[in-house]
Amino acid sequence: MRRIAPMLLAALAVLAAACEKKTQPAPSGEGGAQATQQGQPAAPGGGNVPASGDVILLGQVGALTGGQATFGISTRNGIEMALKEANAAGGVKGKKLAIRVYDNQSKPEEAAQATTRLITQDKVAIILGDVASSNSLAMAEKAQAAGVPMITPSSTNTTVTQKGDYIFRVCFIDPFQGYVMAKFAREDLKLNKVAVLQDNKSAYSIDLSDVFTRKFTEMGGKITTTESYSQGDTDYRAQLTAIRKTQPDGIYVPGYYSEVGVIARQAREVGLKVPLMGGDGWDSEKLFELGGSAIQGSYFSNHYSPDNPDPRVQKFISEYKATYGGVPDALAALGYDAARVAIEALKRSKDLSGPAVRDAIAQTKDFPGVAGTITLDDKRNAVKSAVVLKVGDGKTEYVTTVNP
Amino acid sequence: MMETPALPVPEARSVIPAGLRGIFPVLVALVLLALFQWLVSESPFAVYLLSVMGVNIILAVSLNIVNGMTGQFSIGHAGFMAVGAYISGVLSLNLKEVALSFLPVAASDQVLFTVALLVGGLAAAACGFLVGLPSLRLRGDYLAIVTLGFGEIIRVVVQNTNAFGRALGLSGIPQYSSPYMVYFWVFLVVLVARRIAGSSHGRSLWAIREDEVAAEAMGVDTTGYKVRSFVISSFFAGIAGGLFAHFVPIINPGSFTFVKSMEIVVMVVLGGLGSTTGAIVAAILLTLLPEGMRSLFNALGTEGSLAQKVDQIRMPIYGLLLVVLMLSRPQGLFGVRELWDVLPRWIPRKRRGLS
Repeated sequence: MRRIAPMLLAALAVLAAACEKKTQPAPSGEGGAQATQQGQPAAPGGGNVPASGDVILLGQVGALTGGQATFGISTRNGIEMALKEANAAGGVKGKKLAIRVYDNQSKPEEAAQATTRLITQDKVAIILGDVASSNSLAMAEKAQAAGVPMITPSSTNTTVTQKGDYIFRVCFIDPFQGYVMAKFAREDLKLNKVAVLQDNKSAYSIDLSDVFTRKFTEMGGKITTTESYSQGDTDYRAQLTAIRKTQPDGIYVPGYYSEVGVIARQAREVGLKVPLMGGDGWDSEKLFELGGSAIQGSYFSNHYSPDNPDPRVQKFISEYKATYGGVPDALAALGYDAARVAIEALKRSKDLSGPAVRDAIAQTKDFPGVAGTITLDDKRNAVKSAVVLKVGDGKTEYVTTVNP
Repeated sequence: MMETPALPVPEARSVIPAGLRGIFPVLVALVLLALFQWLVSESPFAVYLLSVMGVNIILAVSLNIVNGMTGQFSIGHAGFMAVGAYISGVLSLNLKEVALSFLPVAASDQVLFTVALLVGGLAAAACGFLVGLPSLRLRGDYLAIVTLGFGEIIRVVVQNTNAFGRALGLSGIPQYSSPYMVYFWVFLVVLVARRIAGSSHGRSLWAIREDEVAAEAMGVDTTGYKVRSFVISSFFAGIAGGLFAHFVPIINPGSFTFVKSMEIVVMVVLGGLGSTTGAIVAAILLTLLPEGMRSLFNALGTEGSLAQKVDQIRMPIYGLLLVVLMLSRPQGLFGVRELWDVLPRWIPRKRRGLS
């Protein structure tokens, strides 16, 4: 009896190990409708030649569990929708598209492992990356080394695409948001004097406020003062009082919703009635709860707005609602866009090899995504519009779209 | 009295000259490792998975020295791993452009890598000494709380230090690691653990584990032995962290949380507290299990079917298996015994030549 358990476990371990090296059968299309193709072996050629057969396999690595689970799941839903549409329209090069999704538990080492698996075992044509920039960085390293193109839907940190020429993104980068708000504040709100309150603990916040300061000054505005706080602080009255003395027309607070809500309340307390402005770190239901009426009338930049009247956006939203229930967030929209950019590139590329697909992705120009029109620049970042949202009573209102 | 696993006594082994007897296992290991490296080098996925597995083995075996042999409950192993990872990572990052002029570049890289590893390991050992010295005088759960606190401090310090890349993490560390290097350290930690277990030092540790008061009454310097075993354990955790930093493209504080510490504790408990081979088997099992499930799910269903969408279910299943295992074998896979005490008799004879 004593020996049975360890032996069973040993057998399990062997099983697990044996599964490892197994060649994946080229799977058939959706729901097994074309079950006849089942069991067809994958292409033997190594390197980056994707599996042959009637399916083009894409890979996604995302946080399906862990602290950022909603990010990964939204992204996956978006990607799935794009694939479904493409398959309904006849697929790519006469082949169906399929996606293989791996969880990274919001950890970079798991992301690297899953990416390596997608590349070497599943032989995917394109990898769609994660939301969190550190996970995308881990994936980018592996994808670049193996020569498999990777598109990250929503990692905004500038360093991600600097990993190499196979790494792309369909969202704007952090500094762009600073520019968007500067332009909006200067041209639409016609503000002359703005104070900046930045989160010294977050590279994101510092990036945004640096660019905002530079651009706003270039456009003829004046930054009255730059104050800072640390993520997790609860009392901002000292900084806000200092800001009040300079009598600004607005305050730029590029932080996260958790602090911004409190800052808004305390700003009203110390008698600052001017609007606050921020970036996509504000995008959360929690903002309304924390900020209450104090945050109403403030503005922030974001990737996409569900209120955008563009028919393309509205069609996406109604279809998403029908499939998954609920209004798609920016991450779902970006996942959808990333998958569609990938599919378009696969259609345009002459074959499915890494370099060919990479070049096809790089040529993406004026692509009509739901989260803005996408053009990839020579640094493989998307040059695209951002939306400015106004915080209302328990919801956001679409104000305008700012083009680069 | 406790059950002490007897170290296999090298009987009349006349084939090997007496002078080489001590170093013989090392030589055999080096040759086997070279062969192993050559075998797996073709598949990047195998290399990566084996590296993760090796690091987990080092962590589990080293934690077993404290949790298993000495009976002290440390739950901050990931903290020491983080110290090793970041110290050796930063060192390698800064020495990236440096090469030793008298060596070819590849060899020089490996030498610098070894140096970085050792520095990381020593830094972790120093932390282990600092944490252990005051807290190991205490009994019972205090060490658990202190080590838990230490792990969190390390994580928060890293998160707020620019040189360590803060929350985003440290990327661009040269990827010097290879299965050869990882498994050489696996070999070393197992050798050290086994030698400790069989030595009088080890017997003192076992005595502390079984009854601290009695051990003290017998003249065992309990604090001294506990601190020493803690420092050795921390050193190897630091080495494991250093290796980790050189094959994972980016290290960030999220990889060294309390959850990671618990994962290692689970490996040790699952393998059997005090059993080195148990820790190894558990580490292998728990590393392969999630990937094995992934393969299973992929093989089960067609593309787009439910089986493909349940990648996140792996973790609950993994948890469930742990519950079942602990219920059916509360003493761990092997208890305090080693693999060769559990398996049929013909295996120990064969193994005796190597261990």
